Amino acid sequence: MSHSIFYLLSFVTLLFALLVVFAKNPIHSALYMVMTFFSITCHYILLNAQFLAIVNFIVYMGAIMVLILFAMMFLNLGKETEVQKPIYLKFAAVIAAGLLMLTIFAAIKKTDGGEISGLPINDIGLVKNLGKTLFKDFLLPFEIISILLLSAMVGSVLLAKREIN
Amino acid sequence: MDIYFIIEKLILISAILGVSLLIAMYTTLAERKFAGFFQDRVGPNRAGPWGILQPLADGVKLFTKEEIIPTNAGTFLFVLGPSLSMFTACITSAVIPWGPDLTLFGKTVALQVADINVGILYIFGVVSLGVYGIMIGGWASNNKFSLLGAIRAASQNISYELAMGLSIIALLMVTGTLSLREISIQQEGWHWNVLYQPIGFLIFLICSFAETNRTPFDLPECETELVGGHHTEYSSMKLGFYLFAEYINVFVSSAVLATLYFGGYNFPGMHLISNPNVVAILGVAALFIKILLFIFFFIWIRWTIPRFRYDQLMKLGWNILIPLSIINIVVTGLVIILKQ
Repeated sequence: MSHSIFYLLSFVTLLFALLVVFAKNPIHSALYMVMTFFSITCHYILLNAQFLAIVNFIVYMGAIMVLILFAMMFLNLGKETEVQKPIYLKFAAVIAAGLLMLTIFAAIKKTDGGEISGLPINDIGLVKNLGKTLFKDFLLPFEIISILLLSAMVGSVLLAKREIN
Repeated sequence: MDIYFIIEKLILISAILGVSLLIAMYTTLAERKFAGFFQDRVGPNRAGPWGILQPLADGVKLFTKEEIIPTNAGTFLFVLGPSLSMFTACITSAVIPWGPDLTLFGKTVALQVADINVGILYIFGVVSLGVYGIMIGGWASNNKFSLLGAIRAASQNISYELAMGLSIIALLMVTGTLSLREISIQQEGWHWNVLYQPIGFLIFLICSFAETNRTPFDLPECETELVGGHHTEYSSMKLGFYLFAEYINVFVSSAVLATLYFGGYNFPGMHLISNPNVVAILGVAALFIKILLFIFFFIWIRWTIPRFRYDQLMKLGWNILIPLSIINIVVTGLVIILKQ
C-alpha cells in the first residue's frame, strides 16, 4: 500500500519538476514548482514527518513561491523581451549539465535498489520528539545554523537597504 | 479501515460544509442589512419577508449571468483562480473542534474532522495558500488593474502572515500544544486564552482582517483606484466564487478566533451538566454563538472604519505589528519563567 503510494507520488513529483523546466511561460513554470513542493510535502507525510511537512508547506508554498510569483508579475516576461544568450554560454551550459548527469548516473548505479524503508525511529517526525531531539542531541549545530540564518538575514537587509543621499 | 468510521467522517464533513455555506450565504444578507442600519437605510427587503430570500435571488442572478472569458486571458488559470479561492476557503474548517465528544449508539463520535497534532500550523498554511487564488486570477485576467490587485494581495498577505505567525508563537508558549482539540480542552472554566494573551489576540485579529481582505484592508479590490481589483474581468458565478469565498473565510476566521482565544466550545457552567450528549450539543451552540458574534464584529468594522492608504497598511504591518508581537513573545517568556 505505502509502496504504491510512494511510487505514484514520486511519479507526480518528477512530472511536475520536469514541467517546471519545459513550460514556456515563466508564470506556469512557477505554478508547476508550487505543485512540486506540494508533492514533496506529501512525501513528508508519507514518512510520518508531520512537522517537516507542514513547515515545508508554509515556508515554500506559502511564502517563497508567493514572493517569486510576486517578483515575476512585475517583470512582464514575454517573448519580445527574452534575452538570447551567446553561443559559447550555451555550449558551456550543455557540457556542465552533461557532467552533472554523469555524476548522478554514477551515484545511482552505486546504490542498490533494495527495500524502501521509513524513518529509523517512526515517531521522530512529530513536533514533540523532533523538538526534544533538536534541543538535546543536536543543540550546538542547531544554534550555529540559527546564527548563520540570522547573519544571512542581516546581510540581505543591508544589501537591500537604499543608500541615503 | 472501518466502514463506519468513513461514513461518520463523511457525514461530519458534509454537515460542516453545508453549515459553512449556509452561514456564508446569510452573512451576505446580514452584511447588507447592517450596512443599511449603519447608514440609516432599510437594506434589502424585497425578496421574501425581511428580505430573507435575498441570498437565493443573488445566487440565481449570478448563475444566470453571461460567462465572459477575456480573449487574451489564460483560460485554464482564469477558471482555476476562483476555484482555488473557494477550495482553500472550505478546507480550513477540517481541524476545528466543533464540540465535545458525542456518544451515539454506544460509540464515541468526535465532532472534529481531523485531529492532527499540528492543527494550528495547518490553518496557518492553508491561510497562506489562499492568496494563490487571487494572484492566479488577477494575473490570468491580462488586465493591468487585476494585476495590480493581485500584486497588492501578495505583498499584503506576506506582510501580515509574519505578524500572525509571531502571535501564534506566543500563544503556543502558553498552551504548549499545536493541537486545536487540546487547546479547547485547556480553556475549560474561564481559562480563556484571550485573558492570558490579550495583545496576541489583538494582533491575530488584525491579521485575520488583513488575510481575509476585509475593510480596512481590502486594498486588492479597492474600487476607487483599481475598478474591481483582482476580479475586474470576472462575471457570472466565477465572480460569485470570489465574493462567496470571502464570506466563508470570514466564517472560518471567526471559528479560529473563537477556538484559539475565546474558549472554543466551552461555556460557563459546563461541569454542572452530567449528560455528555447535552454538554456536546450546548457546546456546539456556544461555539456558534461566539462565531456569530465575531462575524458581526467583522461586519461592524467594515461599515465603521474607512480603508487604509497603501503605505499606512505596510507601516502598520512592518513597523507596529511585528515589533509588538516580538515584544509580546519576550514578555510571555519572562512571565512563564518567573512563574516557575
